[in-house]
Amino acid sequence: MMPTDLSEIFLVAAAVFVVLAIVMFYRAVAGPTTQDRLLAVNVLGTNTVVILALLSVALEQPWYLDIALIYALLNFLMAIAISKFTVERGGVL
Amino acid sequence: MIETIRFWAIVGLVGAGVFFTLVSAVGVIRLPDVYTRAHTASQTDTLGAGFTLAAVALALGWQHATAYTVLLLFFVFVTNPTAAHAIARSASDVGIDPWTADDAREDTRDDTGGDSR
Repeated sequence: MMPTDLSEIFLVAAAVFVVLAIVMFYRAVAGPTTQDRLLAVNVLGTNTVVILALLSVALEQPWYLDIALIYALLNFLMAIAISKFTVERGGVL
Repeated sequence: MIETIRFWAIVGLVGAGVFFTLVSAVGVIRLPDVYTRAHTASQTDTLGAGFTLAAVALALGWQHATAYTVLLLFFVFVTNPTAAHAIARSASDVGIDPWTADDAREDTRDDTGGDSR
């Protein structure tokens, strides 16, 4: 009885996190500066990591956690790299 | 008995994580400046992700996957404020002016003007 209750709770929490991540797209699209967009994408990446962890425990697929760990690493690297490039070269491209 | 305590602890941790992530989303959408948005993103989003990952670790119990989850929690706690600091610093280096109390006064004046119209 208890594991099904727990997995339903985790699935509902993952759905709420997906809705909050979609709401966060507004700032990524309409942000006035590049830093606003970068910050929104960083928060979106953190939400994605949490969603992957919740789905991992709800669907009993432990290897989702490996993907979440790699996603967190790449998200951090992306934030640092783009914030450096916007200062030194005036843009990403 | 101990299973009931663990169940409600997991529910409470997930609820706290969802609440703090909701606060973070409202802050990133509504706050007026990139610096204030970096502030709410670094604080409340880190706390929400930490609570939710702690709930996942508590639900998994003693397995190999729990080590991954605790590692992920530690990593998010270290890197998320660092990334927000780097973003705010790059905004400062590019030359974005911070939002001040004078802007707030103009904003409220504009808002009341818009409401009275």
